Amino acid sequence: MPLLEVKNLKTHFHTRDGIVRAVDGVSFPVEKGKTIGIVGESGSGKSVTCYSLLGLVPMPPGKIEGGSAIFDDTDLLKCHENDLCKIRGKRISMIFQDPMTSLNPYLRISTQITEPLRIHMGMDKKRAKKEAIEALREVGIPEPEKRVNMYPHEFSGGMRQRAMIAMALITKPEILIADEPTTALDVTVQKQILELIKSRQKELGTAVIFITHDLAVISEICDEVNVMYAGKIVERANSRELFSNPLHAYTRSLLQSIPATQLKGEKLFTISGLPPNLAKPIQGCAFRPRNQIGNSDECLTQSTPEFKELDSNHWVQNCPGCLT
Amino acid sequence: MRISLPTESELEKGSSLGRDAWARLRKNKLAMLSMCFIGLMLIICFIVAQLPFIDDPNEQNLENRFAPPSGDHIMGTDQLGRDLFSRILFGGQISMLVGFIATGVALLIGITYGAISGYAGGRTDAIMMRVVDTLYAIPFLVLVIVLKVVIAGPMEEQLKWMGRFANIVPLFFAIGALGWLTLARITRTQVMAIKEQEFVEAATSLGLSKMRILFRHIVPNTLGPAIVYATLTIPSFILFEASLSYLGVGIEAPNSSWGILIKEGADFLETQLYLLIIPGLFFSLTLFAFNFLGDGLRDALDVRASKD
Amino acid sequence: MLKYILQRLLQGLLVMAALYTIVFFLVGWMPGDPFSSNEKNISPEVRENMKKAWGLDKPLWQQYLIYPKNLITEGSLGVSTEKNRPVWDIILQSFPASLILGVSALFIAVGIGVPIGILSATKKNTAIDYGGMAIAMIGICIPSFIIGPVLQLTLAAKIPALKIAGWGHPLDIILPSITLGLGTAAYLARLTRGSMLEILNQDYIRTAKAKGLKTFSVVIKHALRGGLLPSVAFIGPAFAALISGSFIVETIFQVPGMGQHFVNAAIKRDPFVLRGVVLFYGLLIVFMNLAADLIAAALNPRIRLEKT
Repeated sequence: MPLLEVKNLKTHFHTRDGIVRAVDGVSFPVEKGKTIGIVGESGSGKSVTCYSLLGLVPMPPGKIEGGSAIFDDTDLLKCHENDLCKIRGKRISMIFQDPMTSLNPYLRISTQITEPLRIHMGMDKKRAKKEAIEALREVGIPEPEKRVNMYPHEFSGGMRQRAMIAMALITKPEILIADEPTTALDVTVQKQILELIKSRQKELGTAVIFITHDLAVISEICDEVNVMYAGKIVERANSRELFSNPLHAYTRSLLQSIPATQLKGEKLFTISGLPPNLAKPIQGCAFRPRNQIGNSDECLTQSTPEFKELDSNHWVQNCPGCLT
Repeated sequence: MRISLPTESELEKGSSLGRDAWARLRKNKLAMLSMCFIGLMLIICFIVAQLPFIDDPNEQNLENRFAPPSGDHIMGTDQLGRDLFSRILFGGQISMLVGFIATGVALLIGITYGAISGYAGGRTDAIMMRVVDTLYAIPFLVLVIVLKVVIAGPMEEQLKWMGRFANIVPLFFAIGALGWLTLARITRTQVMAIKEQEFVEAATSLGLSKMRILFRHIVPNTLGPAIVYATLTIPSFILFEASLSYLGVGIEAPNSSWGILIKEGADFLETQLYLLIIPGLFFSLTLFAFNFLGDGLRDALDVRASKD
Repeated sequence: MLKYILQRLLQGLLVMAALYTIVFFLVGWMPGDPFSSNEKNISPEVRENMKKAWGLDKPLWQQYLIYPKNLITEGSLGVSTEKNRPVWDIILQSFPASLILGVSALFIAVGIGVPIGILSATKKNTAIDYGGMAIAMIGICIPSFIIGPVLQLTLAAKIPALKIAGWGHPLDIILPSITLGLGTAAYLARLTRGSMLEILNQDYIRTAKAKGLKTFSVVIKHALRGGLLPSVAFIGPAFAALISGSFIVETIFQVPGMGQHFVNAAIKRDPFVLRGVVLFYGLLIVFMNLAADLIAAALNPRIRLEKT
């Protein structure tokens, strides 16, 4: 049995412009100690998927319309707020995209890092601070004894993300959700942060859900990859399989639009058009209007394509136009 | 090795900010109701008051003092037998005029001052803002009283043609002349943000003069917050005039304002409560309407709040 | 830190000088003189003698310099032309009542306004929020000169311990300070709600939730500090405004505070009382603003005073 089993998750936002189906029937398992990636454009629903798991979707306007997320016999989507509070930050932690704004500017680093220990483990201040210094050392922050007393604005962007990671891992969680943790950082720092997540994961045996729009990052860190488009998963396979044998037209377009894979001097391949407006119901295949690689004429127009296991462990949305 | 995907802002359909704001405002029932109420108040105070069957607000009838509401006097009469309804209408004229004219004066001074300060920047800006800080430290009420007396003399000749409004115009100017401080600050902040934007650079590279860039290209873009704040300033000036009148240093006879009516009503509080309640109701409802409309405008125009 | 305070005090001194200049010349430009007031029928010779006695016969620029000189060398704020008493006397005698009234009104304003604002923000778009904001709107739109009489009529008439007006018993503070504090409470509620909402939308609030903190702890530990900053900055000037702006409440409840002297001085053109009181209030405002900024700096680690 997987550590976390997400089934048919639906999160909708009730806005002035109508119901936005940000996440519309997403299912995936998370195995112990593994790293799964969720990749997609902005607005594809990848972040909302993870926020839904931890009850971080602002409600209203957001609403979880259905599905389940079973973690250790508890359904995260239906359990009481108090029970969820005992899980998040302790057994499932999260790090966020922008380390500049995700740390509270009014509180010392020590206060923020020790908080999970104090609320979940009931640790006293002194011991928690010792642990915090240790945690900072483990994520590679020099002079942690001194830095632990500083405020976030005295840290650089990379250091803040390290501190975020230290904070998220201080309770040795079973799952770490990383929401585009490297997007806001310099390229050189990105690499370091990825390495750090990998090495900490190995030491602690934590499973990681890694959300990104950067395929290069995915290839570097993930065991299994989910490709999301318009609130649904269109393809899932293990990392090597997905990169060598992509099936869905969207995945192939994404891979083809990586500049480094294209021939010099040729016009860069881009996916034309925009993702569909999720406030309007989509009939048939959501990728049809932008499908240049496959055969958009053959795309389903009436029924929603089924998510099917075509090869062993290679799942894809079964739309004839997208698979050719 | 990064795929460039469209950002959120690219995905949004371009639509005119003004029309967008209006659509949002229209959905705000409270704000729309307030707008209708203000319109109705303006019609009643300025048009209905001119109709022949409305009594003279200053006509006394000592035999008919404190008459309760009836067919003759739908809101009763006051301590001198004057018709309360027509007094409320004519008092409303003054209160509304104070709100609009003083706010207009304040807008004119505040936007000009704030725009110049923000656009000039540097030392000029620092000095101009120190001046604003200093003026903030002045007890507003007393200075308005003094300023009103100071400007009333020189203005007297020019204002004769205004008839019974002549002796209240100095008050409008006194209030407006001192009430522009916050508007200046708001405009300055806006101008400082906008002058960094590219279209200003474009205008500069076209060789337009500084004044032209400032007042034709930058200032129109700062009007949103200014309009919102002005809508909220109107009720505060109406309130301020009422306070002055309540203290006996605002509007003078033969004019009256809602503030004066409320003060007179408060004198007969224990026996004739309606003399306080009816003008108080008109007054407070109007303030409510302006404040709700201002809030609605802010929600509709505020770019920051427009994202859910 | 010390350097910053000294700098601010020096700035305050400049503000005071500017204040004095403005008031001096405005009052100087007022037509007539303190002794030409209507009711006193005094002969021209007596008037000239009185002017001489108060030094008002000298050219304006000399008067402009003499007053600060006397203030520095003798600590004198002059003598009231109206009451023939030293201005310091008047201030010292009437200020305590205004201070007590202002402080208790501030307590009421903070005690009511801030909790309502926090509650409304955390329960955004629920009945609690709408209720809280409706109360705040009432506080803003119903002026003290309506609330005061209504409180007199309701509370004071029903509860024997609360007198309708007067000042002497500790319980006499209650009604005037409620009347005075309600408007500020309403403003604080709206201000606090707005800034709390902004903070609650920040990424670090989401981080705090993701750590497993309960909603209550998120608000108390993570949101309150940043959310209260604007309110703290507002309390300084608001306190000064409560002390200096209590004329109306003092009139309604017959509180022997400074307001009456001040308004009287403006009407009667008593230059010395006007100057003295404006300078006194100015000083108060300068200090209150400084205090508010220092508290705000203590709450916000990103402001480093040594650098400014």
